[in-house]
Formats: sequence, structure tokens, C-alpha cells
Amino acid sequence: MRGGQGAARAPVIQFTNCRILRGGALLREDLWVRGGRILDPEKLFFEERRVADEQRDCGGCILAPGFIDVQINGGFGVDFSQASEDVGSGVALVARRILSHGVTSFCPTLVTSPLEVYHKVLPQIPVKSGGPHGAGVLGVHLEGPFISREKRGAHPEAHLRSFEADAFQDVLATYGGLDNVRIVTLAPELGHSQEVIRALTALGICVSLGHSVADLGTAEEAVQSGATFITHLFNAMLPFHHRDPGIVGLLTSDRLPAGRHIFYGMIADGIHTNPAALRIAHRAHPKGTNTLSGSIAPMDTCVRHFLQATGCSVESALEAASLHPAQLLGLEKRKGTLDFGADADFVVLDDSLHVRATYISGELVWQVEEARP
Amino acid sequence: MRRIRWTRRGLLCAGVYIRVLRLRATRAGWGRSGLLGVGCFSCSSVGRASGSTGLNLSWKLCVTIMRLVILDNYDLASEWAAKYICNRIIQFRPGQDRYFTLGLPTGSTPLGCYKKLIEYHKNGDLSFKYVKTFNMDEYVGLPRNHPESYHSYMWNNFFKHIDIDPNNAHILDGNATDLQAECDAFEKKIKEAGGIDLFVGGIGPDGHIAFNEPGSSLVSRTRLKTLAMDTILANAKYFDGDLSKVPTMALTVGVGTVMDAREVMILITGAHKAFALYKAIEEGVNHMWTVSAFQQHPRTIFVCDEDATLELRVKTVKYFKGLMHVHNKLVDPLYSMKEGN
Repeated sequence: MRGGQGAARAPVIQFTNCRILRGGALLREDLWVRGGRILDPEKLFFEERRVADEQRDCGGCILAPGFIDVQINGGFGVDFSQASEDVGSGVALVARRILSHGVTSFCPTLVTSPLEVYHKVLPQIPVKSGGPHGAGVLGVHLEGPFISREKRGAHPEAHLRSFEADAFQDVLATYGGLDNVRIVTLAPELGHSQEVIRALTALGICVSLGHSVADLGTAEEAVQSGATFITHLFNAMLPFHHRDPGIVGLLTSDRLPAGRHIFYGMIADGIHTNPAALRIAHRAHPKGTNTLSGSIAPMDTCVRHFLQATGCSVESALEAASLHPAQLLGLEKRKGTLDFGADADFVVLDDSLHVRATYISGELVWQVEEARP
Repeated sequence: MRRIRWTRRGLLCAGVYIRVLRLRATRAGWGRSGLLGVGCFSCSSVGRASGSTGLNLSWKLCVTIMRLVILDNYDLASEWAAKYICNRIIQFRPGQDRYFTLGLPTGSTPLGCYKKLIEYHKNGDLSFKYVKTFNMDEYVGLPRNHPESYHSYMWNNFFKHIDIDPNNAHILDGNATDLQAECDAFEKKIKEAGGIDLFVGGIGPDGHIAFNEPGSSLVSRTRLKTLAMDTILANAKYFDGDLSKVPTMALTVGVGTVMDAREVMILITGAHKAFALYKAIEEGVNHMWTVSAFQQHPRTIFVCDEDATLELRVKTVKYFKGLMHVHNKLVDPLYSMKEGN
């Protein structure tokens, strides 16, 4: 278990000869870990008068916070939206395989599905800590069914829904409960959507806008009601238009509530979005960028592609895959960061941002083939 | 510059001393070059320990010196100082029951010196395993983990890069409930450690050593001090230039505390310190320029760069520059723990 009194007696591990991502910069610092959390070595030195029990040489690599994927529909032959008796092992398989992509936490995503699927599948995907068994599950991302018919993309038309008069109850009835749910993607132009957004936000669920034909005004209203995310920007929404930028216009909108930060996910696999579009979005709103894999390309490939396409700094690209998703989910004190006290979920990368090793709670959970004894 | 008065005892000691060295030198097989190192007494280098033969000459024989070591620039001055400290530690042969005690400063001047010491450590030439350190001072009321506290300074610029035992790194606690008791305890710890072998310090633009501001007693001990305006102004650059953020009080070792050290090394670099250096060594001992107290310390070395000598007499500078070949014997060769010295 992390933290607690037992943690003080846990061994102190010092990762040396590395550069760590902290405070938006890559610093030539050592990373200290104890009891599954990042440790403040200065405090250890002056207050506890202790040194490290073990030192590990990282060979000059980059240590970044573990990547967080907030939209992944499956992979490796598994489809989370498939109703099955044993969804759990499908999730577990994906959780284990994405460790090699540097992902330490994720939100399994379900596309538009019939009620029975939600009722059957959702209870089988509980929130779970990561470890050697696989990346941690932060909660489910429900993409649909309350989305636009026109922009459904690959979602099955038959199961699309709109909100009935008693909108929130309709939502509960559709999903069968919101216990394991972390993010809901919906189209804000649907009737009664604003009250749904408010109700979901009040429950601590992150509301995302996507698969929608909403104009900018509707999108801004949705943000004022509590929406904080845009699902795969540019894809499955109206294109940017100079007189009505639509959902894309949220990136530079001046009508957002004070202090509210809007995030957006982009599938940076080189296929779903043109690099020029990635650049426009990132330059317009760099602090909101989240890279998504969407189960198509591995997360680390997306990070590399995003870096190369936008010409942004390595720090920005890494934050887009770690810090920003954590901020979106309100977890930035524990995840997506290497600040003192945060969970020791991190990834060891070489200079070209290929994953060399993945750690969860300070424990090595995956490393590249040739490094193994 | 101090002149050594040749009392009968002094001459006798010098004579005996040189004879003893000659004998040891012959045994050690130093030959002529070794004896040259002993050289002239009044501006002596004391001769170096021959590590390879296991001899360890005591520094405490009636050898008293004041050296002014002048290097061309900041980097060379920092390197000279670091090499000297390195050699002193290694020649001391520290071990389980025999710790080398080092007094340490903060500020911008010693940064280069710390970097070089870290380099020697990382190369495997120098270990701080059997070194105890005592810092000169710490601000009062600043949280220990504040980026400008001297605890943070020492951690980031020195301790985190070396192998010192945290129990042997002593810094005054500016947040102690009873500040005077904290100071007394610090003095006690120094005493229990057997006194300081080498106290490294800097000099303020107002000639202060540690936070012994102008007007401090020259026999003062570790205590609470209110900082002078000069010091607050000098430190403002570390607090975003905002004078209201600079601490106004500090705990500091006294002038007397540093004077008790067996050897003192003062680092002075930069033109802005030149006037203070002039006051410290070319004028009299004066509590308004507290570094001047070290004119009466038996073993002091002032290490400076050219710029710091700008207010000295040409005569003084030429004299000491002329001695650099002697001074350099203290740092060349540079010893290493690797060779088993």
C-alpha cells in the first residue's frame, strides 16, 4: 500500500543519472522513491538524516510521469464495448499490454451500445490501482450514446439516444448506474443536455463534448454548465468556420467561466488529424493538449508523432500525455507529475522518446527486451 | 602583511623544524625538489605530507602564516581553493575515529569551489564519508525548505552530490523555538567534534565574515544577529529584488568561533569585494570590518581573483603574486583517495 506509517520504513530508492520532467522542464536531478510515492530527498536528509538504500543508474535517460490515456476503446483483439461474461480479463489484458507503451493509468472507453451492454459491462470494470499486473483503471469513459446522428462516426446508429424529459434519470437508466464512470462524452446540442451536464459535473464526472454538430454558442453554454473536455478535437464535429468556429472555437473562446480550463484530446497518430491541424490547435491552446491513442496507435507513438508534427518541446509533448490528462481528471496531485508526494508512476524514455521501462508505485512493471537479464 | 618576529624560540623552532624535515626528507628520498618545498620560513609553505611514505607532518609546529593567493579569474580561484581543501582532507587521512571537520560558507562566491569539489568526488578522488561540516549561518524565520534558505543552498549545491553522512552535516536551525539555545548547542557540537580543522568563509561587501556585521564583537560566539542594510541589499537579488522579502535576522557563528578554527580560508572574488579586502588586510584590525580579525589568526589563507585585489597596493599584490610558485605547491600535486594516499 502507498503512504501510511509503514512507508517510513520502506526502502528508499534513488534513480540517478537521469533527467526528470518537473515543473515543465527536464532537470538534471535524481528521482527518489519510497513506499510507492515520490520522495523529497532534502527532507529525508535534514529531517530523517537518511540516505538512499539503493541507487539505480538510468543511463542518462528521461524519466517522465507515466502516460495517462483517457480514451482507449480496446486493443490487442479486445473490444471493451463487446458484451461478454468476462470483460474483466479483457480489460486486464489491455492494461498489461499498454505498459509497454508507457501508459500507467487509463480510462477504458465504451462506444455507443445498447442498454444491456452497459448494464452488463460497466459493473465489471471497477476503478483499480495499477501494478505489475497492468496499468491502473481510473474509471470508464462513456462515449455515447447521447451523441449526434450526423457525427456518429463508427458508432452504431440503432443505439443512439437523445435525452427524454427527465433527462438525468434517463442517463441513469441507460447506463444502469454511474459508479465506475469517470468521463461521459455527449453532444451538447441535444435537448436537456445542459441539465445533464450540470448533474454529471456535480457528481464529479468529467463531461466531454464530441460527436456533435454544436455551434460555438451551444458549446460555450455546455462549458458554463460544467463541461471540461473535447473528445478527439476536429474528428466527429463541425469543421472550424470563421463565422462560427463550432466546438473547435472553445480553444480560444473568451466566454468561458473565469478560472475554468478547457482540455481537448487529439488522436496524434498521423492519420486522424493533419499535422498542420495539430499545430494550429496546440499553438492556440498549448496547456489544454491531451494526446490520445484511442486504441489505434500506441500512446508513445502518438507522443513521438505529436512532437515531430508540432515541433513543440519534449516537455510539452510529455505533459500532453501525462500532466494534462491528470489535470482534466482532477488527479494532478497524485498522477501525471513527478512532484513530491505523487504516486511513483513513471516511464523511462530514451532521447527519441521510446519507452525503455515502466514503473508503477516505484516498482518496475515492464522493461524493454534487451535490458532483461 | 604580517611580519613574523624572530624570537629566540622562533629561530630555534625554525632551525629544529627544518632539520627534522631535512632528515625525514632524506629518508623519504625527496631529494632537492622536496626540500625546496620547505623553503623560506616567513612565507613558507610548510612542506607537504608525503602520502606515499605515510608521513604526516603536523601543521601545529610553530608555523604561522598569512597567505594571499591571487589567481587570474573566478574559475581559477575556485579551483585553487577546491584543490587546497581536497588536499587537506586527504592528507589528514580521515577515518572511522578521525573525522575532518570543515566549516562551510554560502553565497555566490563559493559556488565554483563547491562545483570542483563535487567533480573530485564524482571522479572518485575525494570522499566526504569521514568529513563533518558546520555551516556558518542560517536565516531566522525562513522555512527550511524555502528555496533561499541555507539548508536548501547546501543541499542543492553540495550535499546532494556527495557522500556525506546526513548526521555529520550541521546547519543552524533558524526556526528553533529557543534560538540562543540552538546557538549554544551548535558551539557544543563543534567542541564535541574536536574543533574545526579548516573553516572556509567569504567576505561581505561591508567586510563581514558570516553574518558578523560591522560593529560585531571580535570575540563573539554563535548567536542571533540583526542584518545590516548592506547585507539585506546584497541579498535582495535572491528574493526577486523585493527588500520586504529578505529576512532581517540570522543565526551566525561568531568571529571568535571562526578564530578558534585551526585554519581559516577566506574566498574573495569580484571587484565589488575589493574594498573590503583592502580593509581586511591592509588596514588595522577593526570590528567595523570583521574579517580583519584574521590578521591575528595563526593560519589564514585569502584566496582571490585579480578583480578582488583592485583596491590593494601594487606592492602588496606584486609581493604575493611573486609567491605563487610556493603557493601552488600546496595544490600540486593534487592528491586522490584512489591512489590510497
